[in-house]
Amino acid sequence: MASKLLKSFLVAGGALAVIATGAAFAAGGGTGDYKMVHKHWHFNGPFGTYDREAMQRGYQVYREVCASCHQLKHLSFRHLGDKGAPFYLEDYPNPNDNPYVKNFASDWFVEDIDSETGDVTDRPGTTSDNFPPIFPNEAAARASNGGALPPDLSVIVAARNGGADYVYNLLTAYDTPKPADVELTTGLHYNPVMDGGKIAMANPLSDGLIEYAPIVTEDEEGNSVEIAAPEATVEQMAADVTEFLAWSSDPKMEQRKSTGAMTMIYLVILSILLWLTYKRVWRNVEH
Amino acid sequence: MSGHPSTYEPKYGATKWIDRRLPIIRVGADFMTFPSPRNLNYWYTFGGILTLCLVTQIITGIILAMHYVPNVDGAFESVQRIRRDVPFGWLLQPMHAVGASMFFLAVYMHMFRGLYYGSYKAPRELLWIIGCVIYLIMMATAFLGYTLPWGQMSFWGATVITGFFGAVPVVGESLQQWLLGGYAVDNATLNRFFALHYLLPFVIAALVGLHVWALHHVGQNNPIGVSAKTKSDTLSFHPFYTVKDGFAVAVFLLIFAFFLFYQPDALGHADNYIEADALKTPPHIVPEWYFLPFYAILRAVPDKLAGILLMISAIVVLFVLPWLDTSKVKSLRFRPVARWFFFIFLVFCFILGWCGAGTPDNIAIPLGDTGITFYRLSQIATIYYFAYFLIILPVLGLVEKPLARPDSITKAVLGDQSRGGAQAAAE
Repeated sequence: MASKLLKSFLVAGGALAVIATGAAFAAGGGTGDYKMVHKHWHFNGPFGTYDREAMQRGYQVYREVCASCHQLKHLSFRHLGDKGAPFYLEDYPNPNDNPYVKNFASDWFVEDIDSETGDVTDRPGTTSDNFPPIFPNEAAARASNGGALPPDLSVIVAARNGGADYVYNLLTAYDTPKPADVELTTGLHYNPVMDGGKIAMANPLSDGLIEYAPIVTEDEEGNSVEIAAPEATVEQMAADVTEFLAWSSDPKMEQRKSTGAMTMIYLVILSILLWLTYKRVWRNVEH
Repeated sequence: MSGHPSTYEPKYGATKWIDRRLPIIRVGADFMTFPSPRNLNYWYTFGGILTLCLVTQIITGIILAMHYVPNVDGAFESVQRIRRDVPFGWLLQPMHAVGASMFFLAVYMHMFRGLYYGSYKAPRELLWIIGCVIYLIMMATAFLGYTLPWGQMSFWGATVITGFFGAVPVVGESLQQWLLGGYAVDNATLNRFFALHYLLPFVIAALVGLHVWALHHVGQNNPIGVSAKTKSDTLSFHPFYTVKDGFAVAVFLLIFAFFLFYQPDALGHADNYIEADALKTPPHIVPEWYFLPFYAILRAVPDKLAGILLMISAIVVLFVLPWLDTSKVKSLRFRPVARWFFFIFLVFCFILGWCGAGTPDNIAIPLGDTGITFYRLSQIATIYYFAYFLIILPVLGLVEKPLARPDSITKAVLGDQSRGGAQAAAE
């Protein structure tokens, strides 16, 4: 009996393995001799969580570098203060009250209609606003970027084969020497991570491009404290903004994984109990 | 087991009153005491698992529909909103998406079980055919549902699949436009796909009712394929099979939970996180894993119409299988030759899936300087797929010498022991 059960598990496991291989089939591309760097991300693995400090620095990289072209349209400011988000503070369970969130929101201008005159106006953002568009429309975005459309970044990590590693490598691979067989036209740059090695975005990062603000965190007594940030090297900024964008793509990951751990434990116990019940009910039954 | 006599005795005034007017409690009670062959193994637990899958998809689906926006301008964003802002949306949306894959995983196990133990043979032909109809509608529902998030793969998948109808001679173009509600996949298409995606699961539920009815009329098949004849051949469905199914369901849910919580995107495509863009074709348009074998059959011939006909035939052949297999022996346990052909068939089904995921011109199996391309490999696998149903099973039934089969389930289980002992044990 036990061997029959084992056999069934093996067959089921084999089927799953085949499916998983099929799914993982189309891994990230890359041209030339470039080798993708596989970073050990803080959020990898069944118990992985986002590195809060890296996400906070990542937001600054987004705000000061990426945001000149790329929107985060599915994200609103209040999301930054949600549980598990970069700027969550225990004292502010409602993210709309979170001082950092309020501050970040008012740092942006959002298009609105003046209710008195009906004129289109710009007002400072509020916590409930989504991140505003960078360009008024697609044509304007293309016109400002040599015909290329800067993609929205809210789900970019989920939208690329290779995920976080893809984004990190894309940002750090610009200094790879161009092979002779890749021909670039005006407005294109060499990046081995892209399919075909061509990208319209110029290298966005350089060492010391920004100066990291101190990091917001909480000490043992729950007081909010600020700690010094590391040097803004290309690798550091790329890793930080990737951490932030990974959170933006999958903001409920921490919640999902912790619910998952409880569910798996529950199901394992349930399976054992049902197995024992099965053995007991069938104990005198030949089959 | 059609004449399963009712053993239900209403005990209270109210239940007696109901039983005389609408014997619904009796139907339920008889369902629970339904005599099931005592030798059913774990491959027979997928019926219960599939029922659970259907219920899960319907419940999560109805809640998602309350928050989903079936409009080309709002669909993609509404899915993001569900995942970010709707209470438990982060759980329900992946549960529905991963649930579709789990549903197909279970249905394939269930179908291969039926193929191996000859569950399609008399008197279960209609039971099998109803099952095939359910599978067909499941495929339609999954395809329609995959369009709804309005990602790149949703849009281009829908464009490719509806393009098949355009290959029909003479009326193709008008047929395709009628289905799409326009010249291309657009808002009209999304709206009707949403309406149909909501409708079809209930059609499946009704067909499952027929499927179970037919099952209870003819009785379950079993691993030796010898019909249950005496009382000692069977066990009451409850508690014997409720507990066995229950254990199998719990193990299945463990696999489900693993994907749901830890690999929610592993069975999907990264491209579907990019909003649909009618002007930008993704480099590789690949269907979901559960359609890959059929996709490989479609691409196994250079002609579009021939490919489509071949793909449709791959499913139609299942409907006529009860009349293609000429052997009177149900279970492949007693068909030593057919058994091996079945295992080869299984391998080729996986190979077809592999070919469906690969690029046709790429080398699948390197041989020296060149090798066998996915295109060639899919042709070989397609030939075997059809040969299994159209040549091997019909011919083998006539020429193969089956092994000796036990006279009854009781004998198979207990060997040559007396029947009385088995009877006592079962009670």
